[in-house]
This record gives sequence, structure tokens and C-alpha cells, in this order.
Amino acid sequence: MSLRPILTMLLLSIASASQAEQVYVAVAANFSAPMKQLAELFEQQTGHQVHISAGASGKLFAQIQQGAPFQLFFSADQTKPATLESLGLTVPDSRFTYAIGTLALWTPTPGLEMTAATLKTAEFNHLALANPKLAPYGSAAIVVLDQLNLVRQTQRKWVMGENISQTYQFVSTGNAEFGFVSLSQILFNGKVKEGSVWVVPQHMYPEIRQDAVLLKSAAQHPAANDFLAFIRSADGAGVIQQYGYITPE
Amino acid sequence: MILSEADISTLWLTLRLASVVTLILLLIGTPLAWWLSQTSSRLKAPISALVSLPLVLPPTVIGFYLLLAMGPNGWLGQLTQSIGLGTLPFTFWGLVVASVFYSLPFVVQPIQNAMEAMGSRPLEVAATLRAGPVDRFFTVTLPLARPGFLTAAVLGFAHTLGEFGVVLMIGGNIPNETRVVSVQIYDHVESLNYAQAHSLAGLMVATSFVILLTLYLLQARGKAVPSLVGSKR
Repeated sequence: MSLRPILTMLLLSIASASQAEQVYVAVAANFSAPMKQLAELFEQQTGHQVHISAGASGKLFAQIQQGAPFQLFFSADQTKPATLESLGLTVPDSRFTYAIGTLALWTPTPGLEMTAATLKTAEFNHLALANPKLAPYGSAAIVVLDQLNLVRQTQRKWVMGENISQTYQFVSTGNAEFGFVSLSQILFNGKVKEGSVWVVPQHMYPEIRQDAVLLKSAAQHPAANDFLAFIRSADGAGVIQQYGYITPE
Repeated sequence: MILSEADISTLWLTLRLASVVTLILLLIGTPLAWWLSQTSSRLKAPISALVSLPLVLPPTVIGFYLLLAMGPNGWLGQLTQSIGLGTLPFTFWGLVVASVFYSLPFVVQPIQNAMEAMGSRPLEVAATLRAGPVDRFFTVTLPLARPGFLTAAVLGFAHTLGEFGVVLMIGGNIPNETRVVSVQIYDHVESLNYAQAHSLAGLMVATSFVILLTLYLLQARGKAVPSLVGSKR
């Protein structure tokens, strides 16, 4: 057996590896599922590799300030990307709204007819919500409870997750009967995965606009720019909408 | 130093948690350490390994399993519900149960070390003087193992003060119930209140340092024992 085919293969694989670029993305917990799918599609199309770090926006924000090696930051709010911009840590004019979140009241119990009145009539010990100080979904939940005149009545039953993922966890493990989560967490292929849900009408709470920015290290990074362009494309928007987000424009 | 009223209430809650947990741990840890120091049972190795698990497991693993076990569908949750206690997550006593498990090795190991270091000789002498087993335990073992108890209490207390991952998983961030200092610091950092985070975090560092310094000074004078397994004097 000659060595030549093996050598050729080796050279080819080195050549293709040198073309594939690595993109490092920091993403808010609520957007991690759609981000995974977006990354997979982008990887298939381009051969680049996308590395996703999901977490609470505040933590990611602090890490970026301290020089964490991300090229893109997808926040759960607008203030953190704007602050990074004013600190000069981003590529100028790269900030944009990639998704508008939808709040949902969810229980793992199937077959419940859920409406705005559910929390008034149903019996429960715990209502999970994201910490309103930290997460926009949390402050939106408070606004909704306030409009339903339920703040006083339910306050003693509140349990707070540090982000929307933990809030989901409290409900999905059955420790809280109901919870205000992001619709994206309970949708799969456009359908509710399990349990029952009341999708809170958008007019009941201020828009949860989620902004992304290109970080300074990405200025000379074509793959990061390509990934961002892909997310803003019609294909990208389609994926984002499948998870229950509204895309701007 | 700027400590808000909310900060101070998390400090009190944390102190209360650490005190209750330390007390319970001494009550549970003493017989357990005694058994481990005396037995030649085949169960000794697996039990020792179980007790030491929290030393090596990430707190999120412990927290996650506790959340499942204590939940309405978990075995612990079904037990607490069947005796009318409801479920434990999001309650102070849920944190107590979790912390007892989480800090167990820090209490059992020093006591066990002290008891093993004592050897069998004092007990044999006491037996020849017709002291019964219970008598021997209270008048010989406990006084001789006192340095181990001191180390155990200090470490159990300090370790519970600094607990974070487990509390985050099962606490639910409820003021005066489960919002301990470490969670409050995390909240401050997350909401970008770095100044307030500094006050509390600095206080934690100083407190923990003083506690450990005291322990090591006592160890140097022979009034407490080193803490790690196998590091006998």
C-alpha cells in the first residue's frame, strides 16, 4: 500500500481545518436553544465552528468587560449591549435587536385551560419567576401580575430563579406549580413540548427587546461577521420565530 | 462600607443557617465519626466515600439532585409530604437539610481523625477501671477528642457560610428565608451593583479569614486538629 493517498488525505484535512474559523458567542440563557440551531445551520453552510457560552446576561457582561474572548454578545436586554458600546468595547454601529421575547405562564400539568384568570382561581404553593432585578422576563412578569391585581395575593408564593433557565427548572421539576417563562423554552418546532400554557398578550407588558453586539475583537473576524449576517437573514429570522420570538421589522 | 437593610438581613439569615447546621452536624457527625473510627466493618469504606462525596462533587450536582429528590415527585419530597411537612425546596429548613449533607465531611473527618489519633489504649485502661461503654465515651473519648470537635465546628460553620451553588439551585431567592449572603452578592454582581457587591464580598473574605486564622492558631497550640483525612499529628 502506498503512502500517497494517506498523505493526500492528511494534507486535505489540514487545508480544510485552516479555512474553518472559530466563532465564540456569549448568549443569554433564554436564547440558547435557538442559538444552538442557528449555529448548526451556519456550521453546515460554511464549515466554520461556533462555540456557544450560555448564561445570565449580567455574568456574561462582567466577563466581557474583563476581556473574555467572545466575538458576539446576545443579551437578554438592551442596556447591557448599550453599556458595552458606551465603554468602547464593541464594533461601532453593530448593535441591533435580534429578537423580541414572549412571556408565557406555564405548568407541566397537561390539559389545563389556561387564561389570565388561571392564577386567580388555581390552587398552588409556588409561582416561579425570574428575578426582576436581573432578568427582563422577571420584570415583565411583575408588570403582568400588577395588571391582574395579583401582586399582593401571590407575592408570598414567589420563588425566583437567577435567570429564566433556572425559573424553567423550578417548574419543570414540579417544585413550583406555575411559572413565568420565556415561550422559547417550551416550544419545539413551533409546538408546546409539554404541559399547559397561557401566552401572555404582548400588550400587557413592555416589549422584551433583546439586543446583540459585535465585540471589538470581531472587527477583523470575517466568520463572526458572516454569522451575524446569517442571523439577520430571512433563514435566521425563520429559526428565531420558530421558538416563539418576534423578529423586528 | 455600604450595607443596605436587605444586605444585613441576608447576613443574619446566613449566620442563623450556619449556626443551626453546625449544631445538627455535631449531633449527627459525632456518632458517625465514632463508628467510623472504631469499626472494621466492610461498610466502612463505602460509608466513608459517601460522607466525602461533597468534597469532590460540584455543588450544582448536589443542588440538582436535591431539587429533584426534595420535589413533590422525589423520594424525599414524598416522605416530607406524607408526614405533613410539605416540600423542602424554597424553605429555610430545605437549606438546612442541604447544608448538613454538603458540610458533612468537614465535620466528620476532624472528629474521626481525633478519635483515631487517640488510639485504643485510654479506652482499655478505662475498661480495666470498670467504666462501661457509655461512661467511657463521655468521660474518655469526648474529652480526648475535643481538639477534633473544635476543628469540626469551625470548619462546618465556615463552609456553610460560604455555600452558594446548592442554595442557588434549591433556594428560590426568598428574602429572610433562603436569600443568603452569597446569593445576595451574586445578585449585586449580576445587576451591576459592583460597589454593594464589594461591601458584602469584602466582609465575607475578612470573616472567613479571621475564622480560619483562629483555627490555625489553635492548631499550632495543639488545641485543634488538622482537618484532612490521613493528616494525623
